[in-house]
Order: sequence, then structure tokens, then C-alpha cells
Amino acid sequence: MKGEMKELKLTVNGKPYELEVKAETLLVDLLRQELKLTGAKVGCLDSACGACTVNIDGKAVRSCSVLALQTNGREVTTIEGVADGDKLHPIQQAMIDHGAIECGFCTPGMVMSAKALLDENTNPTREEVKEAIQGNLCADEGYVKYIEAIEIAAREMRGGQ
Amino acid sequence: MIAAFEYFAPKTVREALSLLAKYKEEAKIIAGGQSMLVVMKQRLLTPEYLIDLKGITDLDYIKYDEGKGLRIGALTIHRAIEKSPVIQKHFGVLSEMEGNLATIQTRNWGTIGGNICHGDPAGDPAPVLIALKAKLKLASSAGERIVEAEEFSKDYLEVALEPNEMLTEIQVPTPPAHTGTAYEKLMVMKGDMSIIGAAVSITLDSKGGCGDARIALSNAASVPLRAKKAEKLLIGKTINNGLLTKAGEVASTEATPPADVHGSIEYRREMVKVFVKRVAQLALERAKAA
Ligand SMILES: Cc1cc2nc3c(=O)[nH]c(=O)nc-3n(C[C@H](O)[C@H](O)[C@H](O)COP(=O)(O)OP(=O)(O)OC[C@H]3O[C@@H](n4cnc5c(N)ncnc54)[C@H](O)[C@@H]3O)c2cc1C
Ligand code: FES
Repeated sequence: MKGEMKELKLTVNGKPYELEVKAETLLVDLLRQELKLTGAKVGCLDSACGACTVNIDGKAVRSCSVLALQTNGREVTTIEGVADGDKLHPIQQAMIDHGAIECGFCTPGMVMSAKALLDENTNPTREEVKEAIQGNLCADEGYVKYIEAIEIAAREMRGGQ
Repeated sequence: MIAAFEYFAPKTVREALSLLAKYKEEAKIIAGGQSMLVVMKQRLLTPEYLIDLKGITDLDYIKYDEGKGLRIGALTIHRAIEKSPVIQKHFGVLSEMEGNLATIQTRNWGTIGGNICHGDPAGDPAPVLIALKAKLKLASSAGERIVEAEEFSKDYLEVALEPNEMLTEIQVPTPPAHTGTAYEKLMVMKGDMSIIGAAVSITLDSKGGCGDARIALSNAASVPLRAKKAEKLLIGKTINNGLLTKAGEVASTEATPPADVHGSIEYRREMVKVFVKRVAQLALERAKAA
């Protein structure tokens, strides 16, 4: 029936959830409003800015452009699930150390796009790094530092090689 | 924001087809939702029933056989086509086209089938598939039918699908020997929708002349447009620079492009000339090397 609650089973940041959601709920609204994971930002809600980027089964996807129910049985990772307890992920650490973060609004999306890239390939070319964050708009125009920080993180993840 | 609807997530094609047969016009399909959710957010579409195909893993495949050619399941995501070694090897133009389609996030969730069924004349896959002489397999609970990719688009955002039908497969034949195909589009930024785009396929005959040619344009009419007069100009001739300039000029007269913030009608017509010539040149070089 229209408007009825639907069952949704998914994993978010390693934790299994069994939820009831309205079918028209977007993934970003589920994360931010129901699960209170507000790291993924809403810049446009229109698939234009990339601030809402999360990883679904390890791939970067815009959570404003996915129905929550489409993640049934899948694994979602948000910025809240990237650090290992108090220890920041090398991508996060490199972005801080390298001064990549300006206002910070696009940062969670940048990290999630970078993480999807580096989880697949810790030795990307500069072109591949650029392509990975091509869909993450930074209104401060701070792309160069982000690109360099991701390369620093990649080196770290390769064990300094 | 999005109007309420009743949601179904069939696991098989058969289940999806019986839902379509039951709800017909009142139902809409969603695949990756990269276009569908945009129109639902704007309430341009408010379906009563939404049939989500994303879970039909049977339609997520890329198969290649030299005789049969390439078969792509409708639910295959753009990124899988871009990265497929077999596509890169045998149908490089498809992989190149996907590399400039939106951004990775969209390519990771949006499907080739959804792209074609959306029927946007500015879309990239349709002109390339038309240049490659692809066919589309459509299914309903009554059976299957095959249509030429070229025949599929009917008007702006309108395609030849009956309310009880869905697209299940894209079939691309192996091109004849000495065929080269290319696609390029004019964009503001890499990954933007085409302002104008051209896909060209050229097959050389045994004497090195143009045995066959196909030219298909994106964002040059209300549907992906085959520039048949320009094709005719090339076929049977030895291609040289002057002939390619002419082909561009002829294609430009066949186009009825839109005007928007990215370009006037006149500008787009000029760009058709530039892109048809440029892409045909590339296709020709590839045909010579093939
Ligand atoms: C930011 C952004 C940039 C983009 N840039 C480009 C670009 O550069 N080039 C380009 O070509 N496209 C571009 N697109 C469009 C987009 O990539 C595609 O249209 C999208 O991949 C459609 O696939 P989907 O699976 O998301 O389909 P959906 O959005 O789920 O569906 C689209 C339409 O097709 C129908 N449909 C879907 N699957 C089927 C099926 N199997 N059978 C029958 N009907 C079906 C739906 O009912 C709907 O009408 C862009 C989109 C966004 C959001
Ligand atoms: S909020 Fe999702 S892309 Fe901008």
C-alpha cells in the first residue's frame, strides 16, 4: 500500500540494522534523520555537488540520489565509519596535515570518494585521483591540496612506498 | 518532496513483468534512479507504483562472443561497461563514451538500460549504439521483441516501450573488418551532458574507400539523430579532408538542435560541423589501423 512502512535490512558502518522506512525515503535522509549520521552533507539534493557521497558496497555513490530501500542487503559506509576508533584513516590524517580542508562542507564526500578509490587501488595515477573527486565540488576551489593529500594517504597505505 | 508510491522490488525479470502487466500506465520502473529520482523530486512524475529493477542481478552482465557480438544486460552499471576489459578490447568506443558520462558516483549506480529508456536526446550511449548498429531486446509477459537502437527513441524523453514492457538486453554486433568507431562530445566540464556530440563509424572496403558509414548525433534534435545524408555523402568515396568538411556541413543541415544557456541553435549547428569532421577523422584512422 502507498505510504506503508517497508522493511529494510542493511549494514551501516559495520553495524547491522533492521528498520522500517517509507518507500520514498532517500538514503541521505535515512542516514541523517533516522540514524543521526549527519556526516554526509546535503548541498543540492539534486545529484550535482557530491557532498552526500557515501560508499555502497565499497563504491562511491550520491546518497541523495538513491532510495534507502535500494540499499536492502547492502553495506553502506559513511564518513562516521572511516576512522578506526580514535585513530583517523590515513586519508583523513593526510587531509588535516596537508591543510586540504577549508570550510569542510565537501570534506566528508571527498573522503568517501577517495576511500572508494584507494580501497580498490593504493597506487593511483594523478589522473585517477582527479577523476575520483571530479564529482565532489569544493566551493573554496581547494582541489590541489585534496589531490596531494590523497596521494600522501595512498603512499601511507602502501606502507610508505 | 517525492510523492508517496507503492514500492516493489522484484528479484526476477518474470516477477517484474507480471507487475508491469498488472499496473501498466500506473507503474514506473526505477533502475539506478539517477534520472528517475530527479523527475520524481520535481514531481514531474508521481507514479502510483514503483518497480525497482536494481535487485534483478540476472540482468547485470557483459558477455562477448566473436560470432554473436556483445550482449549487455540492461541493469549493468555505466562503470562496469567503462572498466570491462572485453569492452575495452573489442568495443573501445563504448568504454571511452562511459568515461565521460557524468561522474564516478553516477556511473556507479546508474545503468545503461536506464539511460537509454530515459530517452534524453543529449544522452551519450544512444548515438554510440546507433553507430554500432546495436539492437535492443524488449520483454513483456506476452513475449520478447527486438528493435533497432535507432528506432527506439520517439521524441524528447519518449521511447518505444509499451507500458507493460521493459528493456532487458543491448546487443551489439561485431563490426566488419576495417571498421573504426569514435564518439566525442562538447562539454563545459569533463562529465557534463553533451552540448553537442557525434558518434561515427566507418568501414573501409578492400580498396580503402568508404564501404559503409554511420553518423549519429547527441543533443542535435528531439531524438538521437542519424545524419543519413552525411553518411550517404561518404559511402562509396575515398575519404579526404574536403569530403569530411562537406559531411559536417551536410550533417549540420540535418540537425534541429535545441537552444539553451550552453549554446544557441546557430552555435550548435556550427559545432555539429566541427564534431562530425573531427570524430569521422578519428573513426577513419581507427578503421585504417583495424
Ligand atoms: C549529475 C548527472 C550527470 C549526468 N551526466 C550524463 C552524461 O554526461 N551523459 C549521459 O548520457 N547521461 C548523463 N546522466 C544521466 C544518467 O546517467 C542516466 O540517465 C542514468 O544512468 C539512467 O540510468 P538509471 O539506471 O539511473 O535509470 P533511472 O533513472 O532509474 O530510469 C530512467 C528511466 O528509464 C526507465 N527505465 C530504467 N530501466 C529500465 C528498463 N530496464 N526497462 C524499461 N525502462 C527502464 C525508468 O522508468 C525511467 O523512465 C547524468 C545524470 C546525472 C544525475
Ligand atoms: S546533495 Fe547529493 S549531490 Fe549534492
